[in-house]
Amino acid sequence: MPFYIVQFLTGLASAASLFLVASGLSIIFGVTRIVNFAHGAFYMLGAYVAFTLTDRFSGALGFWGGIVVAALIIAAVGVLVEMALLRRIYHSPELFQLLATFGLTLMVEDLVVLIWGPSELLGRRAPGFKGAVDFFGQNIPSYDLFLIALGPIVLGILWLLFQRTRWGVLVRAATQDRDMVAALGVNQKWLFTSVFAVGVFLAALGGALQIPRDAVHHAMDLRIIVDVFVVVVIGGLGSIIGAFVAAVLVSELNAFGILIFPKISIILVFLVMAAVLIVRPWGLFGKQEGPARRTPGLTVNPWRTLTSGEQLAATAALIIAAALPLFSGNYALTIGSEIPRWRACR
Amino acid sequence: MKLSVQDLNSHYGPAHILFDIALEVGDGEVVALLGRNGAGKSTTFRSIIGLVEQRSGRIVFEGKDVSHQPTHAIVSRGLGYVPEERRIFTELTVEENLEVGRQPRRPNAPHWTREKLFALFPNLGEMRNRPGGRMSGGEQQMLTIARTLMGNPSLVLLDEPSEGLSPKIVEQMVDAILIMKKEGVSIVVSEQNLHFAKLISDRAYIIERGRICFGGTMAELDARPDIRDAHLSL
Amino acid sequence: MSMVPTLLSVEGLSKSYGGVHAVRGVSFELKAGEILALIGPNGAGKSTCFDMLNGQKDPDSGRINLLGEDTAGRPPRAICRLGVGRTFQITATFPTMTVRENVQVALVSYRRQLFNLWSSTPRFEQGEAARLLELVGMGGYADRPCGELAYGDLKRLELAVALANQPKLLLMDEPTAGMAPRERIELMRLTARIAREQSIGVLFTEHDMDVVFEHADRILVLNRGSLIAEGSPEQVRGNPEVRAVYLGEGLVYDARHRKGLSA
Repeated sequence: MPFYIVQFLTGLASAASLFLVASGLSIIFGVTRIVNFAHGAFYMLGAYVAFTLTDRFSGALGFWGGIVVAALIIAAVGVLVEMALLRRIYHSPELFQLLATFGLTLMVEDLVVLIWGPSELLGRRAPGFKGAVDFFGQNIPSYDLFLIALGPIVLGILWLLFQRTRWGVLVRAATQDRDMVAALGVNQKWLFTSVFAVGVFLAALGGALQIPRDAVHHAMDLRIIVDVFVVVVIGGLGSIIGAFVAAVLVSELNAFGILIFPKISIILVFLVMAAVLIVRPWGLFGKQEGPARRTPGLTVNPWRTLTSGEQLAATAALIIAAALPLFSGNYALTIGSEIPRWRACR
Repeated sequence: MKLSVQDLNSHYGPAHILFDIALEVGDGEVVALLGRNGAGKSTTFRSIIGLVEQRSGRIVFEGKDVSHQPTHAIVSRGLGYVPEERRIFTELTVEENLEVGRQPRRPNAPHWTREKLFALFPNLGEMRNRPGGRMSGGEQQMLTIARTLMGNPSLVLLDEPSEGLSPKIVEQMVDAILIMKKEGVSIVVSEQNLHFAKLISDRAYIIERGRICFGGTMAELDARPDIRDAHLSL
Repeated sequence: MSMVPTLLSVEGLSKSYGGVHAVRGVSFELKAGEILALIGPNGAGKSTCFDMLNGQKDPDSGRINLLGEDTAGRPPRAICRLGVGRTFQITATFPTMTVRENVQVALVSYRRQLFNLWSSTPRFEQGEAARLLELVGMGGYADRPCGELAYGDLKRLELAVALANQPKLLLMDEPTAGMAPRERIELMRLTARIAREQSIGVLFTEHDMDVVFEHADRILVLNRGSLIAEGSPEQVRGNPEVRAVYLGEGLVYDARHRKGLSA
């Protein structure tokens, strides 16, 4: 029996990070209607930057400060990405949005390999949570208990943020009717940017908090993004409570599936997801998507055409890339030829 | 001059909807925009605050040309908009709906607070924490006006405020609009109900198939039954 | 009067949502050829009443007797087959089809010819479609695409579509919403004429008192889910409770219909 309880607690601890990442994805989708495939990349970047920071700065402050600062740095990167990339594609068809964020993911993966190398990195243990707690003869890492407590705390903070602040009210209003929010004098651009920053912060924090538990590696983005999508689909896109409940559900399925149905443990969460979708097509806590309220007259324009300055810059970049074989080394050449191909075949 | 619109042309995709619309609103004036369903009343309002992308012409608000500004910038200059479909945030409570509309106070416009608005629309004061989705049509109409007033506008575009409301609520709307006017808010109100328009307006424009075909005082309109018959079927 | 058959009789109809009584204990009768208006404040329960009558919602309790059959809780399709036509607050027509085709579609579904692939659609019931369009004064518009129609004409077409299944009872939910005042009067005048000629009972909701006082034989007033008054336009107009909750001072409708209000 104690073994199962420990297994249950381990599941709960994994749920914390999953919840952070999934709630970020859910918040971003709710307002911007963008399914941010690059969300896993921000999670991975959070882990790598936190690894570097906690490695460089010692002590408890160095560790916890490093975790938070890493998440903040990545949130700032998220702001840049939102302003440079996403602002152009909010009105584009979903496929373009998915392609753009997927491309971003691949580029981030290559960048990560370039900066931190291809091998796994083992992070520091968390100061103050290095030991384990004895539970009827079974050991539970105390860091797991910390994560178990953290999940509901973050949920509570997010709830307060959305229910008790003006920003939260604006975000909830924009989730329902963006154009009306603009027609009441709110600058949506910055609202969207701030929402994206919060979402990315949560993803990066989720990644950073994983380093005492798991090795940091350059495929962790794709590993988490699948679970995250399952979580938001089960919980209901746009629902934070739903993300929390579904994160616990998915983590426990992963924890127990391997014990109870070892042969189908990999597809177990998908079976549950399918079952949920049959009973509640909008997820456990999701609401039926109302007809998107769009003002007639605002047309969908897939891509804004580049200004003449931007055309020049793009041409220059192309020429530099084409001239790469003339002056660069082998490695840069390989990466350089990989990036434009976006390795879509993988 | 509060608002002046010149040569306003608007398109929805290939369809040309508005043709050379010109209208003016003076300080503290209530102006009615009359016309049948589909004549272009709502499109005119949406074009003025920039919710229609394909538009051309000059829109001057309080002496500033706002034709090329985005919606939120126009609105936060003090040009409020109340849409016909009300567009209440159904998940948000009455107070939260008002919060979305809140803007800093403006020197040249009356200042509205929650309490002042609850005095204007007493029904709303009794349901501060009710979600917008669980309100009746009349209550939603009051909320959508109150929400726009939270932005302390000096001019409000009111799109068909009496549509689908019970006679008693329409009378409350008349009272509310007259109070807004007394406070110093300029108002453009689009209407099909001439009884209602007469009770509140100083002047009227008639719009037909996207063109302004009459402009004058309510007395002038009264003296021209031929125009009323031809364009309004009132 | 006693010879006129009762089309619809409703007894003790009730419905609540999550503890809120939307409709409670509503009873009334409607005779053939009678035009009955259901009025009341926004949110009084008019739409819920309509939804129960046409089968969109099941009543919690109460009986609905339509043409001698108990229809409470039956699905909309079954009720439609019994001879109930309806029009909607928001017009429901196919914009890319012509006016005639819209009526033909309604006839196809009424005659259950949906799967008869061999009959030629353009010819299907052309005579009947023309008759219906003539009836609502749209004979000249038969070949126009629906999307080009003015709003008032669209509403008349909708009436023709509702008449396609030869209803005994017509349910009209805010039939004149969004129309100019004169178009409203004209639409209801047309409806009243057809109803009297063909002995169709009409139940409609409406906020335009000019329309209601002009055309309703009898008026039901609903407030907070219960009937608070019932009677002729004069009786309802003179009822102080109705004035207090709904009619107001009569400022926003025609002077002719203000009689008895200003007292």
